Amino acid sequence: MNSGYALSLSDISCTFISRDNPGQRYTAVADTTLNIAPGEFVSVVGPTGCGKSTLLNIGAGLLEPSSGTVTVHGEKLVGINKRAGYMFQADALMPWKKALDNVIAGLLFRGVEIPIAREHGIAWLARVGLGGFEDRYPHQLSGGMRKRVAMAQTLILDPDIILMDEPFSALDVQTRQLMENELLELWSEKKKAVLFITHDLDEAIALSDRVIVLASGPATHPIGEFPIDLERPRDVAEIRNQPHFTELHSKIWDVLRDEVLKGYVQHKNIVEERTQ
Amino acid sequence: MNNKLLRVWQIALVIIILSTWQASSMLSTKAAFFFSNPIDVAARLVSWFFIDLDIYQHLGVTLIETLLAFVIGTILGLLVGLWLALNQRAAAICDPFLKALNAMPRVILAPIFALWFGLGIASKVALAVTLVFFIVFFNVFQGVREVSPTLLANARMLGAGRNDLLRHVYLPSAMSWVFSSLHISVGMAFVGAVVGEYLGSARGVGYLILQAEGSFDVRSVFAGIVVLTLCALVLDTLVGKAEKRLMRWQPKIGTTEKI
Ligand SMILES: Nc1ncnc2c1ncn2[C@@H]1O[C@H](COP(=O)(O)OP(=O)(O)OP(=O)(O)O)[C@@H](O)[C@H]1O
Ligand SMILES: [Mg+2]
Repeated sequence: MNSGYALSLSDISCTFISRDNPGQRYTAVADTTLNIAPGEFVSVVGPTGCGKSTLLNIGAGLLEPSSGTVTVHGEKLVGINKRAGYMFQADALMPWKKALDNVIAGLLFRGVEIPIAREHGIAWLARVGLGGFEDRYPHQLSGGMRKRVAMAQTLILDPDIILMDEPFSALDVQTRQLMENELLELWSEKKKAVLFITHDLDEAIALSDRVIVLASGPATHPIGEFPIDLERPRDVAEIRNQPHFTELHSKIWDVLRDEVLKGYVQHKNIVEERTQ
Repeated sequence: MNNKLLRVWQIALVIIILSTWQASSMLSTKAAFFFSNPIDVAARLVSWFFIDLDIYQHLGVTLIETLLAFVIGTILGLLVGLWLALNQRAAAICDPFLKALNAMPRVILAPIFALWFGLGIASKVALAVTLVFFIVFFNVFQGVREVSPTLLANARMLGAGRNDLLRHVYLPSAMSWVFSSLHISVGMAFVGAVVGEYLGSARGVGYLILQAEGSFDVRSVFAGIVVLTLCALVLDTLVGKAEKRLMRWQPKIGTTEKI
């Protein structure tokens, strides 16, 4: 039945067990079902620490859910999700490789010949605005530049499913909009399935076909799903001025705000408990 | 200006020390016997390097031992370190034995090695290898363990297989730790070689010192010390250069202080 979806998480729960103290458990995600059709751009927003990255790790096959199943184009996922590209929230470039070598690493793992891979890599670096930075090591790049190298590194492999964990949060507004437009263009060319995590509601609405709001943790699950029926192709800078955009924003924000507040109170309580 | 002043002070200090040494050996025969004097030591050095020429053979032996021990110890440490770091169970089994071996004062192995490998190069290399191996091993082990989980996950998502991970992730990470301990391991290789020679050999700078000591030839002992110190300094400089080249990707080069 699910075979129509590019990525489908059904009835997923995920409980972490503390390594030092097995009695201590934390259920990050509970009873979550999330389906993404091929060519669909889905964003997930939610308060910090609610379990967004956990959900993405499950979709990538890096983390096995405690219960529930993950299917990729109709096939049950076992091990790493080979059809997915994952752009991590944390820095994940290999510090001992130059920018270009980082970008083409995936191609080389797949057996592409070095000259061809380099050619692709140089084109991709130019595409993310880093032409001429091929020979820099990651520590010689700024945080935003590293993010863009990571983006080129993931997208050069042309994955069917793109998983992105707050990819643009380290960028300044201008670069960010450039990258967002670049991503949209790429996505519309090839109609990939995108699961995009962000804490920026504006960004989520501007990019997506659908925005999913997660409850604050523990045991997070979707509490709202909003189709975004704004016209495409979009320009992320201009679309924010449309009246319908503002409408959608306030509608989603109504749901999200309560969760963010709840999440904030919970975090504060945890911190207070610890300090007492 | 400041730097120049520093140099002046340093040279002054050397002159003061050398002249005190010379003066005291001229004033007291006891001091002359136990400490020799700088002029005699310098004369000995000159005769070693420019007249008798036999020092080159001894120095060559010591350096070959150092180099062999360094290379063999590093390769062994790298292989065993990688293997154990990637095999949780093997690591758990070997852990107490490795700790015990590392805690053991390695110098006591010298007589055994002399028995097994004879008085030639091999026994010195073996002793120095035991010193180098553990330094490299522990650094490799740490280096593999310290690889960030995100970096590993990223490489796996990019399609890296087990061999790719080894070559592109674990090994570079381990090597960075090995390089940052290069000063210590080269130093240890040198110490192992000289101590091995000192405890029984027919060639090498350690042997030279041993011979001189046996005949109360204090100036040769001091001359040997000077040669060894200069050699160690040269080795250390070379290592520093190699490190700088190989570790260009690192934001800061973790140098270890030499005491
Ligand atoms: N390996 C783990 N062991 C134990 N708890 C974990 C582990 N990974 C995540 N958690 C917990 O699960 C919860 C969700 O974590 P997750 O990283 O998915 O949050 P997030 O929504 O991505 O947050 P952010 O927006 O800040 O990135 C957190 O409370 C975290 O403490
Ligand atoms: Mg996260």
